[in-house]
Amino acid sequence: MERVAEGVRVDNYLRLVFPSRSENESLARVAVASFVAPLDPTMEELTELKTAVSEAVTNAIIHGYPDEIGEVVVACALHGNRVQVVVEDRGVGIPDVDLAKQPMYTSRPELERSGMGMTIMETFVDKLEVESKPGEGTRVTLIKTFRTAPDVM
Amino acid sequence: MSVETKLERGIVVIALKGELDHHAVEQMRDRIEQQLAEHGYRGLVMSFRNIDFMDSSGLGLILGRYRSVSEHGGKMALCEVNPTLKRLFEMSGLLKVIPVYDSEEAAVAAILGA
Repeated sequence: MERVAEGVRVDNYLRLVFPSRSENESLARVAVASFVAPLDPTMEELTELKTAVSEAVTNAIIHGYPDEIGEVVVACALHGNRVQVVVEDRGVGIPDVDLAKQPMYTSRPELERSGMGMTIMETFVDKLEVESKPGEGTRVTLIKTFRTAPDVM
Repeated sequence: MSVETKLERGIVVIALKGELDHHAVEQMRDRIEQQLAEHGYRGLVMSFRNIDFMDSSGLGLILGRYRSVSEHGGKMALCEVNPTLKRLFEMSGLLKVIPVYDSEEAAVAAILGA
């Protein structure tokens, strides 16, 4: 059993590592959706999680590695009816996380970004954590609890 | 992922299909811009009937086209938006600038009557 945090035992986990190529965005969200399927989430919960994961992975690809292909890691852990998804890159990092979280803010307007990614993540999961160090990378943690009770094993 | 286009009384009607994420949007944007450049249009309608998934990249695509269409002096409308997409539109404030209609016909009629 892997431990995601001190004292937290997980029921199941998944770790995906892929290059920061945009075609992997759908792969990542579909993998996470399949991973949480045993919890029998509602369509709405599933769409919310998929959208949040898509935002985090897209950010890693566009903003983490703006000029090169790097590695993106998506690590998921299930504990009861709660899922934790960590999306990590070792890219350029975010100089000002608070600014990046502002609705409509984008560091790359030339890419026609809406600046809504962080806001969508905050709205669609129960907890969003963004840790970043310029030059070292970014780690985004999404935690979501599904209202439906999982089958008792 | 595909983009289906038709011209209806001077209005370019684009039916998007597939998943509107960053990867898909990159390709769709060029195709839509190409369609707009080819027609002397007065408006653009984007239909979301066949969109299964969308994230903020889709919002960027819509707002970018709104910019193109406005610069051209045209009007824009969206149609057949499911509740999940509508929630994203609301969140982004997009509904304040671009109207949404239930059907393609209503969207086209609204632009023609504007």
